[in-house]
Amino acid sequence: MNYLPTAILFLTTLTLPGWLQAATEGDASRGAEAAAVCASCHQADGSGKHNEQGESWPQLAGLDADYIAKQLRDYKSGQRQNATMKPFANMLSEQQVADVAQYYSEMAPHPGQGGDSASEEVLQRGRILAQRGDWSEYIVSCKSCHGPDNQGAGSVFPGIAGQHAGYIESQLKAWQAGDRTNDPQDLMGTIARRLSDDDIRAVAAWLATQPPQAN
Amino acid sequence: MKSTLTCAMLAGSVLFTALVSANENTDDYINTLTELGFPAPKDNQLVHIPPTLQDLEQSDVHPELKRVIRRGYDLFTDTQQLRGENVFNNMNCSSCHLGDGRMPFSAPVWPAAVTLPGYRGKNDHVNNLEERIAGCFTYSMNGKPPEYGSDDMLALAAYHQWLARGVPMYPEKPIYGRGFPAPERPEELSYERGEQLYQEQCAVCHGDNGGGLQVGEKTVFPAPWGDDSNNWGAGLVRLFTAAGFIKNNMPLGQPLSLSDQEAWDVAYFISSQERPQDPRYTGDVAETLEKYGPTFHKHSLYGQKRDSDGKVLGDHSNTGDKDFLKPDTVWPRTFE
Repeated sequence: MNYLPTAILFLTTLTLPGWLQAATEGDASRGAEAAAVCASCHQADGSGKHNEQGESWPQLAGLDADYIAKQLRDYKSGQRQNATMKPFANMLSEQQVADVAQYYSEMAPHPGQGGDSASEEVLQRGRILAQRGDWSEYIVSCKSCHGPDNQGAGSVFPGIAGQHAGYIESQLKAWQAGDRTNDPQDLMGTIARRLSDDDIRAVAAWLATQPPQAN
Repeated sequence: MKSTLTCAMLAGSVLFTALVSANENTDDYINTLTELGFPAPKDNQLVHIPPTLQDLEQSDVHPELKRVIRRGYDLFTDTQQLRGENVFNNMNCSSCHLGDGRMPFSAPVWPAAVTLPGYRGKNDHVNNLEERIAGCFTYSMNGKPPEYGSDDMLALAAYHQWLARGVPMYPEKPIYGRGFPAPERPEELSYERGEQLYQEQCAVCHGDNGGGLQVGEKTVFPAPWGDDSNNWGAGLVRLFTAAGFIKNNMPLGQPLSLSDQEAWDVAYFISSQERPQDPRYTGDVAETLEKYGPTFHKHSLYGQKRDSDGKVLGDHSNTGDKDFLKPDTVWPRTFE
């Protein structure tokens, strides 16, 4: 948000990097209408759902509006690939993208799901990865980008505390496989590729048990 | 004869193990680093991978010492809790010393615990560990060091010393991955190339205006320049140090991804920006440069005209967020 004045100044001299796109201002009440189609998966309260079998639907409540908007634009452009999301994103105009993003960003987040069944040992491994990293594998901690308590930092690094384990796991695997590449400078991909399957399960489970951003 | 030899070899290998591996994961670290392109240790080098906080919990040191070392870790990784008292910018110790001060090629901090007291050219006298840490507070944190012997200073020193567990005092071998080894300086440095690279490679985290990013009172990404950054007296304003830091550590998670030229160009661009005044400022930038050029500023752009607009760097009395120039806890020593 505070990038905006400089970002505009910038436009005249440099090509704008993807993460610094000038945002359309969103309106939450308009967003509520446009978001009616989202509720069957992301739920009316934005809490999403962890599905043990099959695709988990991420919690959107409380996420940064510009982050949500970028993801929707990326689904539309194909920069982020997801068969379920693409048709829905395509239905939204640029204004509706901003409105929907604003709508979900203003919602109070709910507890993450899918982490409770993990063993104490697994959660401990997840905590260490999230809070300190494992430098023997050059895995930097989640919080070094996702911010204090992994509750998000700016528009680029979303809150991941309180996100559903199934969703975090699927995204880290998508980055590993090269199926998700819409992060700036491959920052997430680089780290994801250093994680073992056990690491991914552990960090996803621990993050799901953590309090999400308190808006 | 044979058994003596075996004995000697055994003793040698035990000694070797003790020197090389205070931590059973040392090989994992070295393998990871060399796969990333870092040099493998040379035969004559002292290799030490410090224990982690998990190792601390499992060790048999006294619970009270554990508590103090943990406190030191906490101060090291969230130095912002001393903001306004000892720290007047948005740096943490761990902003520059990655991996909680444990990583080779990221100025690991444990060497300070085993090579000090030692002579330091920067202030031309023998410093101990606390005084060395005080130097970081004075320059890198643009601040005022915690008092020598205070709880915070002792906790920080204890964390450093814990990281050096098992390493002999005053080691004779050169230390593997010490400091931020600088890549070879290219013939020409370019402000314009550096600026473009900064915007492409660094700004996503550190901001297009170099302001870094804080969330609440915690630093996520430190400020590479400006009032929230280190002052003109910090080691990182030396071009070779900045280039070495960048080359070996940035972008985070992608060390050695920039070419030597790119690392130096980014360093040159960042070092061409303003920051709080050097606490050794005499009131005149040219005079300060003359006084501290030979030992320090000959490696920085302090007092020089900036390429982009001819502005003389460091020609101001801005001390950033603090209301003093030089902390009163820093003084020369003579040992007389």
